[in-house]
Amino acid sequence: MMTRAVRPHGRSRQAVYNLVAFAILTLGALPAIWIIFTSFRPASEVNVTPPVWIPQRITFDSYASLFGLNPDYAAGVPVGDYMRNSILVSMLSTTASLALGTMAGYAFSRFEFRGHRMVFLLIMLSRAVPGIALSLPLFLLMRNVGLVDTVQGLAFVYVAVNTPFTIWLMDGFFRQIPRDLDEAAYIDGCSYWTAFWRVDLPLALPGMTAAAIFAFLASWNEYQLASLLTRTPNAKTFPVGLYDFTSQFTVDWRGMCAMSVLMMIPAIIFVISTQRNMVRGLTFGAIKG
Amino acid sequence: MAAQSSERATTLPIQPSPARQQKNSFVARRAIFPWLLIAPTLIVIAAIVLYPMLYSIYVSFTPFNLLRPATFAFDPADMFRNYERLLGDEVFIGAFFRTLLFMAVTVNLEYVLALGLSQLIARVTWGQSLIRTLLMIPMMFAPVLVGFQFAWFFNATVGLVNNILLSLGLLTTPKAWLVDVPSGIVSIGLASIWMNVPVTTIILLAGTLSLPSEVYEAAEVDGATAWQQFRMITLPLLQPFVLIALTVRSLDVGRAYDIVRIMTDGGPANRTEMIWTYVGEMAIQNSRFGLASAMSMVSVVVGVLFTFYLFRQLVKSRLVQ
Repeated sequence: MMTRAVRPHGRSRQAVYNLVAFAILTLGALPAIWIIFTSFRPASEVNVTPPVWIPQRITFDSYASLFGLNPDYAAGVPVGDYMRNSILVSMLSTTASLALGTMAGYAFSRFEFRGHRMVFLLIMLSRAVPGIALSLPLFLLMRNVGLVDTVQGLAFVYVAVNTPFTIWLMDGFFRQIPRDLDEAAYIDGCSYWTAFWRVDLPLALPGMTAAAIFAFLASWNEYQLASLLTRTPNAKTFPVGLYDFTSQFTVDWRGMCAMSVLMMIPAIIFVISTQRNMVRGLTFGAIKG
Repeated sequence: MAAQSSERATTLPIQPSPARQQKNSFVARRAIFPWLLIAPTLIVIAAIVLYPMLYSIYVSFTPFNLLRPATFAFDPADMFRNYERLLGDEVFIGAFFRTLLFMAVTVNLEYVLALGLSQLIARVTWGQSLIRTLLMIPMMFAPVLVGFQFAWFFNATVGLVNNILLSLGLLTTPKAWLVDVPSGIVSIGLASIWMNVPVTTIILLAGTLSLPSEVYEAAEVDGATAWQQFRMITLPLLQPFVLIALTVRSLDVGRAYDIVRIMTDGGPANRTEMIWTYVGEMAIQNSRFGLASAMSMVSVVVGVLFTFYLFRQLVKSRLVQ
């Protein structure tokens, strides 16, 4: 594919572009850098006027107290429980929405059937319903079936919330695989399911990775539904647990920064390691080839 | 790539050639098979989205209060009471238009910023991967984290913004950013823009880098200025990417809730109230599910119409391929 060559510019002009771009992006990343710095600061440097930009001394105090290793400072936040719940909920819901979304995405990409467009649109629209509108009746429903404040209940809800976007991505990825492959498989006597399972699925693996990451991060970061459907360390996830650092009059900003950094770890790993697939999945349909 | 995989396809274990009867059922199954694949998704969505929506629609026509189960009953004579009440509720009307205005302003600003940034980044000649990593940093933040982080920066007593301005002498007394009008809603908008610009930029950047260079060379030969090239070539050719970016964004409208909820929760005195926070207040603090459901129906209609419009366009462009 032809890509657009950078047109020749004067050297000085090019240098200005480079500098401006780096300046803007560094400024944009500054809030994040501040959070990371603060999590490693000694308490005396937090919230002072004038602000201390670079930590004068690196300390792991705030992380130690998160896990209850700091005897002088009782955090009282069950971070271990939140981490377990977040990991369980995200893994369960990601596995399920990947399975559902891959199957449905395949159906939409390969088969013409009655109501094809309508069903696709309806599934996408289900994602556009604001969480707050779902959360009230869902709370009552979950209470009736005894799933309030359980990891399974929350994961089940996330499956429904994340599957539409997974379908959207997988539909795009499957459309990039030539249809001739299925035809060839049918001629060789494969059933529809075998063709899907043996031929298309292996080729769609990179797409599935990207879709899984989107689903994982969406569950990992979700707050609105979790805040209503979970109550105790039994099922509370990281985003809901962040509230534990606020009491009525004071907020432990440094502890919160440390927990924020912990919470960002999966995102950092995923976003950096799969940049290319992510962009490909999102832009499918616009780039040909 | 394609040749290699078709080879793999033909080496699959070959089953005995199908008899004619089987062939007929093969064709018949073509109509059923896609539905079998979609069915599990439909069941889950029916349970988690459709059922609650139907429930909400029903409740929105009743005076249901969670603390008084008897109010669950439906009274045809008085079914529109919640909707009538909403029309007369100044806080709701204010929240409604504030939400629309907030979405319109932030989405457009995000788009303009992302467009500018993507054009700039496309021209950068060194450190592309560092640039991309820097760009993606805000994407690693959960909306809740963005909310807490900006609530902290704009905090009146301990916030970084006040600390900087005070130590530079630009302010003499600390400013209560999140309390005052309009700085409260502006701070929330800033947080939302910070969170959303990177995704849009990345999609537009991928688009810009995929544009054919011949068109630009031809334009250059014809003596087109940089602005003309941007206006006449880049912008029209980027349209499909703009559509994708907007659609991805529209699926996330609700995420603004997390930020507002954490930064101000609609307060003080409803100054930054949005539909979503007001629904939460009615339902969770006041247990007035009937009224809250009527409100959330309004927000559903707005959200769904917006997404419906964008997705119809997008599905069209995808099916044409």
